[in-house]
Amino acid sequence: MRSRNVLTGMLLGAGSVAGTLLFRRRLARQRERVDVYFGDGSMVSLTKPDEAEPLLRRARQILELAS
Amino acid sequence: MDAAAALERLRDISSQVRAAVIFERGGKVVGSTLADAERAKRVAQEAEELLAAAEQRRDATDDGGKFAQLEAAVQGGSVFVVRDGDRLIAATTPPEPTVGLVFYDLKSCLRELETTAPKKRAPAKRKPATRTKKTDAKP
Repeated sequence: MRSRNVLTGMLLGAGSVAGTLLFRRRLARQRERVDVYFGDGSMVSLTKPDEAEPLLRRARQILELAS
Repeated sequence: MDAAAALERLRDISSQVRAAVIFERGGKVVGSTLADAERAKRVAQEAEELLAAAEQRRDATDDGGKFAQLEAAVQGGSVFVVRDGDRLIAATTPPEPTVGLVFYDLKSCLRELETTAPKKRAPAKRKPATRTKKTDAKP
């Protein structure tokens, strides 16, 4: 009986850790963006994956090269 | 101030900037904090392509200002590209930097470089010679 409780507790713990990790990862992905500022003071923020991804890929490449 | 000194100063004033490369349009590296020159060149090339892609995002019908600066935030950190005239600087920071402060520091770095560029001074105009009568003559 006791070993069953321990197993249940461990499974719950592992599940919550995995859930937290997934949630944080998803949140971090949502924070990925490109903000472009122009000389006239206007700004374009690219957050949608289809429009931002080509620029984000280059940014990742720069970070890798500069590390 | 030369590029090396400007970058050294940038690293002194900004604790958030990890690496920076100053370059000109066309990819010519002016200065870099990276030890490897080849890496610096590749960073300049990638940054130029990044800003070319960013400029394309501008609405074609909108004839507003030219590209001034950008921040690309990814999981591993942020990449900044700032333009001042023909010179550009690309820099990397850890995730979630103080964006306004980093932009300010990078712009200052580029301006410090610009102020040291040799300027041709116009020759000083000579004042036309004028004669004045001496009035201290005794009567």
